[in-house]
Amino acid sequence: MSEVRYTDQHEWIRLEGEEATVGITKYAAESLGDVVFVELPASGKAVTAGGTVTSANSALEKEPSKVNEDPEGEGWFFKLKLSDKSEFAKLMDKDAYAKFVDSL
Amino acid sequence: MSMNNQGRPTGAGDPNRRRPIAPGTVTPEELDTISGDRGLDHEESLIFELDHGAVGVDLPDMEVGDDRLGGMRRTARIGLPGLSEPEVIRHYVRLSRKNYAIDSGLYPLGSCTMKHNPRLNEKMARLPGFGDLHPLAPASTTQGALELISQLMNWLTTLTGMPAVAMSPKAGAHGELCGLLAIRAAIAARGEDRKRVLVPESAHGTNPATAAFAGFTVDEVPAKPNGHVDAEALKAKLGPDVAAIMLTNPNTCGLFEGEIIDIAKAVHEAGAYFYCDGANFNAIAGKVRPGDLGIDAMHINLHKTFSTPHGGGGPGAGPVVLSARLAAYAPIPLLVADGKGLRLIEDMAAAPDGAKPFGRMCAFHGQMGMFSRALTYMLSHGRDGVRQASEDAVLSANYILASLKDVMSAPFGEGPCMHEALFDDSFLEGTGVTTLDFAKAMIDEGYHPMTMYFPLVVHGAMLIEPTESESKESLDRFIHVLHTLAEEALAKNVARFAGAPHLAPRRRLDETAAARKPVLRWKPDTLKQAAE
Repeated sequence: MSEVRYTDQHEWIRLEGEEATVGITKYAAESLGDVVFVELPASGKAVTAGGTVTSANSALEKEPSKVNEDPEGEGWFFKLKLSDKSEFAKLMDKDAYAKFVDSL
Repeated sequence: MSMNNQGRPTGAGDPNRRRPIAPGTVTPEELDTISGDRGLDHEESLIFELDHGAVGVDLPDMEVGDDRLGGMRRTARIGLPGLSEPEVIRHYVRLSRKNYAIDSGLYPLGSCTMKHNPRLNEKMARLPGFGDLHPLAPASTTQGALELISQLMNWLTTLTGMPAVAMSPKAGAHGELCGLLAIRAAIAARGEDRKRVLVPESAHGTNPATAAFAGFTVDEVPAKPNGHVDAEALKAKLGPDVAAIMLTNPNTCGLFEGEIIDIAKAVHEAGAYFYCDGANFNAIAGKVRPGDLGIDAMHINLHKTFSTPHGGGGPGAGPVVLSARLAAYAPIPLLVADGKGLRLIEDMAAAPDGAKPFGRMCAFHGQMGMFSRALTYMLSHGRDGVRQASEDAVLSANYILASLKDVMSAPFGEGPCMHEALFDDSFLEGTGVTTLDFAKAMIDEGYHPMTMYFPLVVHGAMLIEPTESESKESLDRFIHVLHTLAEEALAKNVARFAGAPHLAPRRRLDETAAARKPVLRWKPDTLKQAAE
């Protein structure tokens, strides 16, 4: 059972058990234009979303175009072990994010 | 037309490339030339591809043996291209004709200050006493050159109201690094550990890059909707871990940061230093002294404000002026005067009392060829002339802003701008034309495009910096072209823009592919095959 939430910085976070997968939304990918370079965080790095990086999508280093082609699927950036799941619950759900994008 | 594997058309010699010409007239587009050249616009291969093993010069046989090299003696070719002298000359002359330069037309790149490089500068730089100097020549034989550097330092410290200047940095970003290393040394000398550098989101990309390179973490300060830095947000971010702020003034939106004195005061009260990116000094030179604004360090691009060449004509130079709080940390070499004249201190241990150089930025003493040109500009303009150049640069930019804002959207166009006029792409909305299309259409009109998509805080930005070099006639012609292009875009005459440039030797390049799969280095076919 997975659950997807969104940040106001246009990231999506999909939680499956203890592990969360992070990427950028379709809206963000379209706004950015053609992505030509992706720098991924190292495993073990603590990130501001409140967790520790467990793995990164190294395929993006060779093929950054995946971010444009499938931002919410194959174009994921990294996986996290969340330190505090209650922070996750505070993020926007799909409908709230859609409203947020419409308001921009 | 067939292409080689580096994307260039192949030249003559390819039997498949000729197309029969039908009887009757032929349009230029239809004419497929035998040579691959287009009239007097030559296709030019890389010099390595032109190699045919010729030797352009006769060298006498070696008079000494090479025995001492022993087993290290090179036996294989080193792969330099072999061409005759006329072939080499033609190659470089043809390349130079492909270049667009300030000497061939208006060059409106924003934040670049592409001003005229006066020929008097060139004449002075070529005087044998300056042009033929060796950097290791003894100081007793180079007093004139050292005096030139000393006078230039005096001009820079006087114009900025700062007590010291480090002359060795070789470009703007190198100057930023010099400034931040001085700040780092000053913080270390106080026994403090400050790691955060505040950088507004409208900054040049080099600012955060420099801060990171110097070992700091970057904290972004938002811009306000009016294009100015959010001073309140900036002040709120100040704290005991903040080492410095890096601010550009006038900023990259072409606006003067009016709250700069307040900002400087708050920065100093927080124990931090104020770095100013001096890229836009051409708007205020002779009008405002950065030292009076509370700035602690600022680089000065001699190749912008003081008319020395950008790029092809030689390297840049980015001297850094330093406040009294940072002066002691200026890097070696230091220019000092004593009873015997001027000399350079090259050794950290020999630094005079009170000086605590943080180290050295580069070999030797900076870009002498730029120093002689910049000082020529200063002396030939005089203090009033430098001031007038700034005034004229600002006037030119405002003339462009005022003349185009009825058709092009100017996000901050309600008031005057400084030395550059900023437009955005909201006027293009619904036309099917993008900022990129608009800029490329300028190439068809014979102009180098303006800076586009920068600053990042403005959507589809177009930043135009005409400088003081353009006559009113030149500005009027440029305005006429842009005004008409904007009208064409608004009339949805998309054909002109889609796929532009239509008349350049190369059509629209695939910039995405170039960024994703860059070919950065030529390799001989044998190596390429081995790699594949």
